[in-house]
Amino acid sequence: MGVRHLYVHLPFCAHRCGYCDFVTVVGRREQHGAYVDALLVELAIEGGVLAERVETIFLGGGTPTFTDGSELARLLDALPETHELTVEANPETVTPELTRLLRAGGVNRVSLGAQSFRPNLLAVLERRARPDDVRRAVYLLRDAEFDNISLDLLYGIPGQSAADLERDLADALALEPEHLSCYELEAKPGTRFTHAHGDELVRQADAMEGYFEQVVDTLTAVGYRWYETANFCLVRGRVDGRDLRARHNLAYWWGRDYLGIGVGAVSTLAGARRRNLPGLARYVTALQAGHEPPRETESLDEATKERERLLLGLRLDEPLPVAEVAGALDRRAAERLVAGGLVELSENGSGPTVSLTRRGRFLGGGVTAELLA
Amino acid sequence: MEQARIRNFAIIAHIDHGKSTLADRILELTHAVPEREMREQVLDSMELERERGITIKAQAVQVRWRGHQLNLIDTPGHVDFTYEVSRSLQACEGALLLVDAAQGIEAQTLANAYLALDDELEVVPVANKIDLPQADPDAAAAELAELLGEEPERVLRISAKTGEGVEAVLDAIVERIPPPGGDPEAPGRALVFDTSYDQYRGVVAFVRVVDGSFETREPLRTMATGTSFEAEELGVLSPARRPVASLCAGEVGYVITGLKDVSRLRVGDTLTSRRRPAAEPLPGYQDVKPMVFAGIFPTDSDDYPALRDALEKLKLNDASLSYDPETSQALGFGFRCGFLGLLHMEIVRERLEREFDLDLLITAPTVAYRATTRSGEVVEVHNPAEMPREFELVEEPYIKASVIVPKDYVGAVMELANERRGSFDHLEYLSEDRVLLSYELPLGEIVLDFYDQLKSRTRGYASFDYDLAGFRPGDVTRVDILVGGEQVDALSLIIHRDAAYERGRQLVERLREEIPRQLFDVPVQAAIGSRVIARETIKAKRKDVLAKCYGGDITRKRKLLEKQKKGKKRMKQVGGVEVPQEAFLAVLNLDSERRR
Repeated sequence: MGVRHLYVHLPFCAHRCGYCDFVTVVGRREQHGAYVDALLVELAIEGGVLAERVETIFLGGGTPTFTDGSELARLLDALPETHELTVEANPETVTPELTRLLRAGGVNRVSLGAQSFRPNLLAVLERRARPDDVRRAVYLLRDAEFDNISLDLLYGIPGQSAADLERDLADALALEPEHLSCYELEAKPGTRFTHAHGDELVRQADAMEGYFEQVVDTLTAVGYRWYETANFCLVRGRVDGRDLRARHNLAYWWGRDYLGIGVGAVSTLAGARRRNLPGLARYVTALQAGHEPPRETESLDEATKERERLLLGLRLDEPLPVAEVAGALDRRAAERLVAGGLVELSENGSGPTVSLTRRGRFLGGGVTAELLA
Repeated sequence: MEQARIRNFAIIAHIDHGKSTLADRILELTHAVPEREMREQVLDSMELERERGITIKAQAVQVRWRGHQLNLIDTPGHVDFTYEVSRSLQACEGALLLVDAAQGIEAQTLANAYLALDDELEVVPVANKIDLPQADPDAAAAELAELLGEEPERVLRISAKTGEGVEAVLDAIVERIPPPGGDPEAPGRALVFDTSYDQYRGVVAFVRVVDGSFETREPLRTMATGTSFEAEELGVLSPARRPVASLCAGEVGYVITGLKDVSRLRVGDTLTSRRRPAAEPLPGYQDVKPMVFAGIFPTDSDDYPALRDALEKLKLNDASLSYDPETSQALGFGFRCGFLGLLHMEIVRERLEREFDLDLLITAPTVAYRATTRSGEVVEVHNPAEMPREFELVEEPYIKASVIVPKDYVGAVMELANERRGSFDHLEYLSEDRVLLSYELPLGEIVLDFYDQLKSRTRGYASFDYDLAGFRPGDVTRVDILVGGEQVDALSLIIHRDAAYERGRQLVERLREEIPRQLFDVPVQAAIGSRVIARETIKAKRKDVLAKCYGGDITRKRKLLEKQKKGKKRMKQVGGVEVPQEAFLAVLNLDSERRR
């Protein structure tokens, strides 16, 4: 069976935010066309691995919606038909034209990088959008009949208080998004951002466990399902039985193969994980010549795959079949953690399963490290 | 050399009163060392000795002065080595008692002077450092005269630094110190007053021949320990080794023994010839027993073999160091080491770290306790974890401490001594301003920070010395530390019952601060037997997640978790709790902070 999930990386941004660690390229509008050309060549070279029916496609960045409109449209047109087509967007890039372009291109899910509704916190993050840009973006998308919108929120921002977070959550919920991703701000050591906010980041780190609980408690109380460590979606009953989990991301967490194209993109295919190297010029040049882009490859043996399956599967709110992770699971640690109320071992129709309790999910990283044999 | 022209002497002084400088000046004046080879403190050969400005190992140098052979026997300057000092003094007929004219008599001056007087040595008082602006030679001379029952005019006034008066010192040695006695015709007897280890030639003994004479290649025997060997080479230090055919009654020199184990030739033992053995050994031999004990562990368990090799090497030169393998659940493999005292411990630690480049964890020092169990068995306990939980009686070592302070600080010293369970012995005015206080104290109260406390409470004016004064019953108890309900062996301690609660509380608080929060609540307790005397809880973490994880992050996140897992394996598991080594270090440092 072919690969059912495709990731497409669009690296262009208007501005690189201080905390960002993705492969991004600022400005360079004149390169957008050449880059989309290159993407399409790579898709032509690699597309053979794709299944006849591709389930999900995800356009990530960068700021995919910063890409020149006609180039973005050309890319969308060239993509295979799919069930879920998600595009990441920054609020300030969302215009009526863009929403029409996305609809026309088959996009049916938009992930908006809201991050916060507090102007001072958006400034700290060096985001261009203002709080009203987020609201306007959602209204425009709704006007264009998008019925699956996700908002990204960040917590632990320098200067943020628990009250700020409470208001951010309330502002986000007021927009009734189908899906929310809430991340703690990860400040990488040595970055400009970390340097600028050192002491405040330490204070935020101390407050982080409170924030996490606040996020989970608030969202689950108003009918969102905490289906993954950092992801929430409206429960089925609220939306005509639709499953609003991000199906593309579920593929990662279920340990499925995926093809990634674009500069810096990662694929996991038949026991190998390969990463296109960063460096836009190198990438474009190689594909212009019809060659594969420069890559690094890591082969994943069965034991490694099981460890990944364990660490990814335990992020979800559904039980993980023990059979899939048998070699990676430290049974004695599991029993200790069961006794401590962090892990549950049970049975479903097809055999024993392992999952985390609610408290265990708050400690998912430590618990998983413990469970790894 | 005929005995009448031999003088054997030592220089005794408080630390930093200029002993080594005077020795250097004597070598220079007698042309024993060419000037170009002259470096300061020639006699202190080890790097550490030079750096700390103290002498650890005694040595003997032969020089000539106006037709006489002078043998200068250098003595260690610290209380831990009192026995070595006493043996060195026994090899002499006289001693220069050196006092810093700016400081006056200090505790070690007294301790050493009493040792010399006990041995009936001729003591030549010398006031040194008279070149210093703050020197008060008259006051120093008065104190020395008072101490020795001499006329103040007989006190020599010198500056070892500038050389002023040093010739007069040499003359006084010849004039005042008697030549050695001893019977040159009797069966040979020589006192071993020091040993060292030469990696090519084995154990070298430094000896004073008392009776008879010894020749190269003579078969010898030690009279106390019964070790037999042949004198591969006899010689004198001038100051380099110079072989001689024989050493005669009254002379001082070295014997190369070829022995590979320094513990077979102990300081204080008597050498005799196997051809014509003496009937009686020289008096005063003691088997010196370590009194202070600590566990030494490598911070990296891979260094265990390196630590073992290093201790073996140190032991070659230091018969008083003892060590036995020790396994701690918390700290891994290491050694329980015995030391003569605290300075000895510090020296060993520094040499291990410096000369052998080892990173070490050292447990809180403890003293040797004697426990009598209910069944009447007596066990000597060197490690708190070995202390029987039930016992009839525990005895602990006591010391007799002498403290000299300006009279304004008498109150402070008394207060400290009382805090440390001291019992007052006597008080004596050495001069109008300076007081000698004598106390008996448990050694266990001294090993942590007594000396530092004494220094800080007397603004550095106090000087301190002590002598062991035997074992006495003590109301001590064993305190265990439990993490997650499990005992941490390396942190057990033996302590006076009155201090147990406070100390247990401190340790438990410190551990709570140092052990990172875990996935579960972790109790940290101090207990006497099954009774908990202090308790803290390390609250469980509420959050420990990797924030996000998508297709591009999986490898990195997996490696993060694998690293976290590996890190856990490196940590010491106690009661299901990962305790980082830093936590042990911090708790053990609590002691060294107190000590420093």
